[in-house]
Amino acid sequence: MTAAFSDKVDIELTVNGEPVEGRVPAGQHLVDFLRQTLGLTGAHASCEHGVCGACTLRVDGQAVRGCLMLAAQADGAEVWTVEGLTEQGSSRDLQQAFVARNALQCGFCTPGMIVAAEDLLARGGVPSRAEIREHLSGNYCRCTGYEAIVDAVEDVAQARAGKGTA
Amino acid sequence: MKASAGGYARARDVRHALDLLAASDGMGRILAGGQSLVAAMNMRLSEGDMLVDISRIAGLSGVTDEGDVLRIGALTRHAEVGADPLIRAHIPLLAAAVDYIAHAAIRNRGTIGGALAHADPAAEFPACVLALGATLHAEGPDGTREIAAEDFFQDVFTTALAEDEILTGITIPKVEQGEAQVLEEVARRSGDYALTGMCLVKRGAGHRLTVFSVGPTPLLAQGAMTALDAGDIDGAVAALAEALDPPSDTQASAAYRKHLAEVLLRRAVARIGEQQV
Ligand SMILES: Cc1cc2nc3c(=O)[nH]c(=O)nc-3n(C[C@H](O)[C@H](O)[C@H](O)COP(=O)(O)OP(=O)(O)OC[C@H]3O[C@@H](n4cnc5c(N)ncnc54)[C@H](O)[C@@H]3O)c2cc1C
Ligand code: FES
Ligand code: FES
Repeated sequence: MTAAFSDKVDIELTVNGEPVEGRVPAGQHLVDFLRQTLGLTGAHASCEHGVCGACTLRVDGQAVRGCLMLAAQADGAEVWTVEGLTEQGSSRDLQQAFVARNALQCGFCTPGMIVAAEDLLARGGVPSRAEIREHLSGNYCRCTGYEAIVDAVEDVAQARAGKGTA
Repeated sequence: MKASAGGYARARDVRHALDLLAASDGMGRILAGGQSLVAAMNMRLSEGDMLVDISRIAGLSGVTDEGDVLRIGALTRHAEVGADPLIRAHIPLLAAAVDYIAHAAIRNRGTIGGALAHADPAAEFPACVLALGATLHAEGPDGTREIAAEDFFQDVFTTALAEDEILTGITIPKVEQGEAQVLEEVARRSGDYALTGMCLVKRGAGHRLTVFSVGPTPLLAQGAMTALDAGDIDGAVAALAEALDPPSDTQASAAYRKHLAEVLLRRAVARIGEQQV
């Protein structure tokens, strides 16, 4: 191997607000690092080619595919998973709306759905149902048929807009 | 499945990236947004790559106004292209294309340079830059060079870039007064690659029509352009049908793709008309 390339990469990042260090294989994606090394199993690794959205994470403020970003690329990044959002309480209303609206059955897609929906809700205002569907179009759910998920996100958008500063 | 990479290095600047490529014994592979490459690695379509991560090179990102053209850095992400005020004002086709590309989370990481270098035959940006008559800027060990969009796309996933070159940016002419630009496509679900799509640009100098997902590279439909210049829409449809020889695959049959191309051309012409009043 050429000296400039390494097959193990040292990274420092923050995960759910905590500083984390790791030495990761060059080809390891971020979700595997979170799940296997840090034990954060909220984000799921499913299709591993960007299609299903089960691995959706928040990296530097934006929703990204955890399976399409290498752990090595997360050096210096600020990463949030559903565990962090839960602990912080910032998504409690959305999580409660998912329960109230029956927006999950097996729950496999839910962590990715929550992160993707928060990405849309962060823009403020009340998105139309079509916009909600469009934003979640990269997140597969094999159980609910999506209608209930759109209901839950819409409820939360309305509630947050109602008591927000906007 | 799990990716296998031969190694990883983070490039500080373009020079460093070029040096890394040169030192990789032909196994070097540029990593930009990773939204095509990491997927291919996970599927083991690409193994043992020496990854040269260019995603942190600051000078390769963003949009600058250079008078008659905009320069878009190769690392400008799809979401940034869609939201950029200069692009929205001066190259509406490119901003419009973003809504058709993948899903929000992928648009947050994928880069325009990556999409052009990847050269997927069903991708939107290659067809856009061909329709707009863009110039692609590359840098290699011997310096920089410019490649016209017409010469850039050579085959499926194959471009005029040499293995030791990096795409650094794209320059695209701004819209003229009265110019209209539209993109039309059909995909099975929102965010899927197009079954067939097209870009139509109407300028003082005439029409530019490109069709994608109908062959190994986006097609500049010269015959149809000439007919449109003459105001002959039926003639344009006939010329396009003549020029197309699309593949049949699991996504769509050749006959269906040809049918879509005709429908989309008529829609695009109608929308261009509306834009101009
Ligand atoms: C589920 C899914 C759906 C998608 N749907 C669409 C779609 O509908 N339309 C569409 O257009 N795209 C789609 N994409 C692809 C997406 O747009 C990618 O972002 C894009 O194709 C590649 O950009 P990237 O920056 O991620 O490149 P990477 O994945 O990092 O690289 C892709 C290739 O280009 C090379 N490369 C990258 N940058 C450079 C450079 N500056 N110079 C030289 N070589 C370079 C790499 O070596 C690699 O071979 C989809 C992707 C996924 C996962
Ligand atoms: S596991 Fe990442 S999108 Fe399916
Ligand atoms: S709740 Fe089962 S996949 Fe969505």
